[in-house]
Amino acid sequence: MSQLTITQLEKKANDIRQDIIRMLLEAKSGHTAGPLDLADIVTALYFHIMNIDPKRPEWPDRDMFFLSNGHTVPVQYAALAERGYFPVEELLTLRKLGSRLQGHPERQKLPGLENTSGPLGSGLSQAAGYAYSLQYLENAKHRFVYVITGDGELDEGNIWEAAMFAGKYKLTQLIVFVDRNNIQIDGSTEEVMPLEDLRGKWESFGWHVQEIDGNNIESVIDAASMARAITNRPSVIISHTVPGRGVDFMEYDYKWHGVAPNDEQGKAALMKLRTLDGKIAAGDIA
Amino acid sequence: MDYHLNPKLHDDDVEQEPIRAGFGRGLKAAGEKNTDIVALCADLTDSTKMSEFKEAFPERFIEMGIAEQNLVTVASGLARAGRIPFTSSYAAFSPGRNWEQIRTTIALNNMPVKIIGSHAGVSVGPDGATHQMLEDIALMRVLPNMIVIAPGDSIEAEKATQAIAENGKPSYMRLAREKSVIFSTKESPFDIGKAYVLHEGHDISLMGTGMMTYQLLKAAKILAQQGIFAEVVHVPTVKPLDEGTVLASARKCGRVVTAEEAQMAAGFGGAIAELLGEKLPTPILRFGMQDRFGESGEAAELIKHFNLDYESIAGRVSEFVKQVPRYHQ
Repeated sequence: MSQLTITQLEKKANDIRQDIIRMLLEAKSGHTAGPLDLADIVTALYFHIMNIDPKRPEWPDRDMFFLSNGHTVPVQYAALAERGYFPVEELLTLRKLGSRLQGHPERQKLPGLENTSGPLGSGLSQAAGYAYSLQYLENAKHRFVYVITGDGELDEGNIWEAAMFAGKYKLTQLIVFVDRNNIQIDGSTEEVMPLEDLRGKWESFGWHVQEIDGNNIESVIDAASMARAITNRPSVIISHTVPGRGVDFMEYDYKWHGVAPNDEQGKAALMKLRTLDGKIAAGDIA
Repeated sequence: MDYHLNPKLHDDDVEQEPIRAGFGRGLKAAGEKNTDIVALCADLTDSTKMSEFKEAFPERFIEMGIAEQNLVTVASGLARAGRIPFTSSYAAFSPGRNWEQIRTTIALNNMPVKIIGSHAGVSVGPDGATHQMLEDIALMRVLPNMIVIAPGDSIEAEKATQAIAENGKPSYMRLAREKSVIFSTKESPFDIGKAYVLHEGHDISLMGTGMMTYQLLKAAKILAQQGIFAEVVHVPTVKPLDEGTVLASARKCGRVVTAEEAQMAAGFGGAIAELLGEKLPTPILRFGMQDRFGESGEAAELIKHFNLDYESIAGRVSEFVKQVPRYHQ
């Protein structure tokens, strides 16, 4: 695939956001805020950063992507479809009986998924196990293992077991994006269970830490390049994102964590996305 | 078919060895044959006998520290990369502590991770109830995709370890801590999913898993002296159950006994009761832990205390035979 420009990537992220809203509208349940705020990171991964081939989902030389916070999977489904792993129309089967697009991702159901997740805290460990194999058992230094975790997910003890493990074994091919959107189901992360000093936590576990604007595609791409260049530690990129990004009435509101829009809200959200919040006419973006 | 029982079975100097020692040898042998095999342990490498593999293949051994949730989820990732990971800890911690991780990332994800739970059963002894894992059979047999094996002795554990190394499936194997009588021999058969008639009889079928099969063999000898001819069936694979062998023996004998060193609710006794209830209702007497925890004591004392020794079993089976007529005649 020829390289997309930043503007083209931003348009792709917008397409993916619209896919997410359409999927959730049709499914009538699911998580909204996380998938929307992750659209820029996931677009950067699937359309620029990762070495992958949609025609060969199990291509042995591919980069890996482990979604640790499985409830945000609509953004991954949308990216996989937009990237050509399966038809975009199939996105509307999300959460329906017989669909390959389960409410939380099941690896064996759909080509392109690398892990099964939903219960929080275990995707980072799976990625660490994979990265260990690449580094110590296969000598496959050209491959990288990318992970997305939520920030609320960092409440889980399993995460810090994995962080300690990856630090001990200096898993340099492991690159983690933490979706730092500051919300979880019961409220703000700092009220529910404070995570700060988050940078200090990861650093003390032996990780290379970057902090970026996770809704800026250029920053995401640059941070991933930096992470790949760090060769003696695992890398975490604390990605500050706006929950519900792209739809103003969803942004920053923790109540959108775990609910889907109703018809009216969905139509309004699609209009906001199509017109970049009224900046352009609806017809300008197909 | 001859099972090739240990000819010294009823001798005072019959060989004994911890079942986990067989796992240690089996894993090393499997590792020699297949370089994809890797071993992960949560700070109990000597106890679980994973040390043999570690010494032979240090580059394929991964020390995980005391972190059982990470133990099995890292193993899931290694399996995704094409490795065949064996994980070991005490059964109370793995699968006791990390059951959801096993469910999601190994069973549902269908990854060929091998979960070895050592120190299972009341025979763990002095460490007491916290460390005597009794619920592992029940926890693991309810998971789709999961194979569940409780080898009867160290020789069988060695064979079972090599078998699960090559079966391509999520698998759980429980091991006991204490020395156990070796009732099988190198010539004895072992296949995943097979049960074996060790001793033919027709009055009652005694079905055992793990080291309890030895107690049943001894109980059958006492019962024979009373004119009760018991069949003894060894069922090392609790899941998938060898329905053919179990049903044939139940039909032939018309009365069934089960024995396990675990909670019998949803355990091995539960599995047999489910099968018989659905396909061949047969009177059943179950030996195991009856909805209670264990306690500290020496292994042999505890086995006797909970009426799992062959003398207690023979006594209760003798009464059962007097009270309950044979079915299917």
